[in-house]
Amino acid sequence: MDSDVLVVDDSAAIRKILQRVLRQTGLAIGAIHEAGDGVEALSVIEQHPVNLVLTDINMPKMDGLQLLASLKGSAQWQKVPVVMITTEGGELKVSEAVRLGAAGYVRKPFTADQIKEKLAGILAPALPL
Amino acid sequence: MNLEKLITDSMCTATLNVFSTMLGQELPPGEVALETGSPGPNDGVASFIGIAGTWAGTGSVNCSPNQACRICSQMLMVEASAVDADVLDAVAELTNMIIGSVKTDLEQHLGPLGLSIPTVVYGRNFRTKSAGQHEWIVINYLWDQEPFTVKLCLAPQERNPHATQAHSYAIEV
Repeated sequence: MDSDVLVVDDSAAIRKILQRVLRQTGLAIGAIHEAGDGVEALSVIEQHPVNLVLTDINMPKMDGLQLLASLKGSAQWQKVPVVMITTEGGELKVSEAVRLGAAGYVRKPFTADQIKEKLAGILAPALPL
Repeated sequence: MNLEKLITDSMCTATLNVFSTMLGQELPPGEVALETGSPGPNDGVASFIGIAGTWAGTGSVNCSPNQACRICSQMLMVEASAVDADVLDAVAELTNMIIGSVKTDLEQHLGPLGLSIPTVVYGRNFRTKSAGQHEWIVINYLWDQEPFTVKLCLAPQERNPHATQAHSYAIEV
């Protein structure tokens, strides 16, 4: 079954790059939804339930760690894996993300292979055509 | 610890790594310079990002409109022939990645630091000024026969070690 994904980043450029990378992973990706911050992400996920969230940390309105805490505190979304994709590589941020329940952490700049490797253990591979 | 060398090395490594990973481009080594006071007038695209914490400052990337379009084209794999919102966004993200990497490197020596959301300016004959009288470390690259510059100023926050606001900067047109 294809997995729907929500990509959350205040940079439209990164959202476009991640959309392209997700399609190239060979994983079973369904619809890809986008949000520019944590507040918008919570609104989007209500309308379009997803199987995976990829989120930046530094964003206006609600940052990625607040979004992660909100999702993990929700009975509806707590089982949805959340992978942080961010320039924030400091030990404090990483350990905070892990403590809040992040399923993975990828530092920007990233390669397509790094994203694929991180998601391979979370999403199913695409069925052969 | 020679902080200036640490910052310079980190800026060079981060810039080359971001260019290689996100743009598939190998930059030739840049020339390091120190800049004090207000820089001269700018043309083109300038991107700024604030750093805050026990040390605070500003990181900046300056490039030509052609380079900005090329950054967008290489990063998004789309044609970009004029500076538009996508191009400015791509330059902002490039700045975020370069200065973000430097920030992460420096945190091992200076303690936790925060990063602001980037701001990008595009225009002609504008001046920028960072609050305070600090020295900028400048790495001047030549990319496709045009200058591409990465700058950072960083200073200890002696008066308020718990300050959370990055240095402010002003833009004069």
